Amino acid sequence: MSIAPDVTEFAFDAAHAALAEQALAKFPPERRQSAVLPLLHLAQAQHGGWLPKAALDYVADYLSMPRIRVYEVASFYDMFNTEPTAPCQIRVCTTTPCWLMGSDAIVEACERALGCRVGENSPDGRFYLREFECLGACVNAPMLWIDDDYYEDLTPEKTTALVEALQRGEKPTPGPQDARKVSMPAGGKTTLLEV
Amino acid sequence: MPKLTINGQEVEVPAGATVFQACELAGFEVPHFCFHPRLNIAGNCRMCLVEIEKAPKPVASCAMPAAEGMVVHTNTPTVKKAQKGVLELLLINHPLDCPICDQGGECDLQDLTLLYGPDSSRFAENKRPVADKYLGPLISTHMTRCIHCTRCVRFINEIAGIEELGATGRGEHMEIGTWVEAAITSELSGNIIDLCPVGALNSKPYEYTARTWELRKHEGIDVMDAVGSSIRIDTRGNEVMRILPRLHEDVNEEWIADKTRFAYDGLKRRRLDKPWVKKDGKLQPATWPEAFDAIRAGLDGLKGKQIAGIVGDQVDLEAMVAFKDLMAAFESPHVDCRQDGAKLAQPRASYLFNTTIAGIEQADAILLIGTFPRHEAPLVNARIRKRYRMGGLQVGRIGCPGDLTYPVTDLGAGPPTLAELAAGKHDFGAVLEAAERPMLILGTGALARDDGGRILGLARQVAERYGMVQEAWNGFNVLHRAASRVGGLDLGLVPGKGGKDVASILQAAAKGQVKAVYLLGADEIETEALADAFVIYQGSHGDRGAHVADVILPGAAYTEKPATWVNTEGRPQRSPAAAFPPGDAKEDWKILRALSAALGHTLAYDTLAQVRARIKEVAPHLALMDRIEPAPWAAFGASGAADETPFTAPITDYYRTCPISRASATMAACVEEIVGQAEKATGTHG
Repeated sequence: MSIAPDVTEFAFDAAHAALAEQALAKFPPERRQSAVLPLLHLAQAQHGGWLPKAALDYVADYLSMPRIRVYEVASFYDMFNTEPTAPCQIRVCTTTPCWLMGSDAIVEACERALGCRVGENSPDGRFYLREFECLGACVNAPMLWIDDDYYEDLTPEKTTALVEALQRGEKPTPGPQDARKVSMPAGGKTTLLEV
Repeated sequence: MPKLTINGQEVEVPAGATVFQACELAGFEVPHFCFHPRLNIAGNCRMCLVEIEKAPKPVASCAMPAAEGMVVHTNTPTVKKAQKGVLELLLINHPLDCPICDQGGECDLQDLTLLYGPDSSRFAENKRPVADKYLGPLISTHMTRCIHCTRCVRFINEIAGIEELGATGRGEHMEIGTWVEAAITSELSGNIIDLCPVGALNSKPYEYTARTWELRKHEGIDVMDAVGSSIRIDTRGNEVMRILPRLHEDVNEEWIADKTRFAYDGLKRRRLDKPWVKKDGKLQPATWPEAFDAIRAGLDGLKGKQIAGIVGDQVDLEAMVAFKDLMAAFESPHVDCRQDGAKLAQPRASYLFNTTIAGIEQADAILLIGTFPRHEAPLVNARIRKRYRMGGLQVGRIGCPGDLTYPVTDLGAGPPTLAELAAGKHDFGAVLEAAERPMLILGTGALARDDGGRILGLARQVAERYGMVQEAWNGFNVLHRAASRVGGLDLGLVPGKGGKDVASILQAAAKGQVKAVYLLGADEIETEALADAFVIYQGSHGDRGAHVADVILPGAAYTEKPATWVNTEGRPQRSPAAAFPPGDAKEDWKILRALSAALGHTLAYDTLAQVRARIKEVAPHLALMDRIEPAPWAAFGASGAADETPFTAPITDYYRTCPISRASATMAACVEEIVGQAEKATGTHG
């Protein structure tokens, strides 16, 4: 938990500035500070997956709030990286339900496919692998979260295939990686059959 | 007014009180860490758990509003078990380094563990280590000891009004700090050392120098500004080891400013510990009789009009009254205690902080004129911020821009705006008009100008026009910076008939009309003008005044003499001697008394009691300690238009304003790290 000093300047580009204004429009003007989370997400997206101190200061000044309040938010939420990471974030859920469904093997498959350990960037500098606390998709456990999408109902083989596809620059279809549709029962309906 | 039963005893508490306060009112102690009566409620330490009937589990009493008919127990087995459990959990990550911890002996965690805690821990795993944080040159940190009560965060945010401290990280990884390893820029930052219930935040200069039980405690008065904060001077042997605040609700509450707390190392450096006499163009050590002989020779044949006296910023009443009598014996009319040249004199109402510091809490509109209270009197500024946080306060300001920690409407830069207000032509007039108890605070920076008298007159017009002076409310205030100023004015240390003020004395000395100048602790003057005069410097430090002196008489600093000071409100307060002056240095009134005898003008007092009787004779209201004699309203100030020059803040360097703070290494470090950091931040914008 610290800050990387190597970035001295940050400002929203035109596209992100427009999105920021959109986010701000959802709150009354005297409650600008409420937009801190969406703005931090935008800043992180623009900066390639992590937030330098310059970006935090920029968001604080943008919202006219004390900088320490933004530091508190950014350091509190796991979704914000305050140290340099690779742009593509692979976050494997390892909380109890996923762990019971074999998330250890998923982590291992990721580590093998990426050639790095949890908490590290891959040797090619494109992927950042980390464990994550419950992502709220327990019914589709085990699962992982890559950038903006969830990939669910994984097996070690499917995970390896998924990572390899990403490495080839493809964009695999998000959602359950087996036959079922979203979080419906895996083997078809079991209740409410007559309704 | 809800009525509760606490441990079988009925108690009625004011509406809005908490269960915790009700327990205290009923006389039952509830252990606590995070609760502090002057801070917002956090409820995060869980130490104040009590049992309330019909509640399913123990309740944190500090965050629970007292309600009618509650039945509370603070001493049941459940409560005791809860307290024991909370302490066991708090101690899981707390290191057992009390023997080397500065807080040892005055630590809440230590005391409460002894009284309420378990006798052993069941936790066998590793403790959580936390890296220490950098908070500047004043506060040292041992964050592993932190129990996350957040008192420091709340103090800095709420009372100091500088949002720089926070809790970063989450859960087990939560840490207190600035996150960017920057010094805290508040002038009140030292108070978080006192607030910290454990040894996580310590005083950096005091660290590892003494144990609390070795110290002798003296209840003194601060002289770093004109607030007159109540302080506790802790000494070991003859050395001042640290300075802490004492409770005085009407003055400093329980806070003190950083200069008050940390400048004490200046008491040990650059001290004048023996008399010096200039021989062959060079200052040489001398004995007291030699110094007095030199003065007799230097003053020989001079008429009263050729002798002048200037009184400095940190001189006590006893010395001033003796000085006044000595100058009278010389028949010199040229005496001035207004070292900065402020155009202040009688009537008394024209130079007091009439509203009183506690009175600020009743004001509903404040006009600041040529003052930057955050530097001139940080505790007055904290009081204004406290009033602002109560809601419904409007603050207008003329001149002296900068962050005061509360919102301020800038009305203009200088006297023209004040004149507009006085003539009722300014928009802010409506605010003052509508206010029930408006007040103005006039800075001494605005008065220490050539047109100071006219500005004083304009301020009086503003006060009268907007009903600031009513029965039982006087909203006219002068905010002094010097601890000796109000006392000096009360004793009448102003030029007599045909007498010269400080500026004229200096001019006359440069022209040779005034041949001898007696500087009683006066350092904040243009000493170059005194090059040709015979200069006697009496004071504690080898500062500016001593550099031009022909004879130096070593005096005692404020911690080294029993003395009386009058703060900006006109409140006389007495301070004891906490240590002895170094070397041959003596209490100032005794020096003046001995000198008077050597010069054949023996002053009529031999004991401290007699000096104080003389003070009472000159100014009867100064005999009653800690009592403010209200000053009747009268006409004062000159009429006529003032210049257009904007008001500027008289203090550019908060940390170094007097000989003591200029001698302090701690204050020098503050200038470098805190002021330097701020300048860098402005330069590169972050």
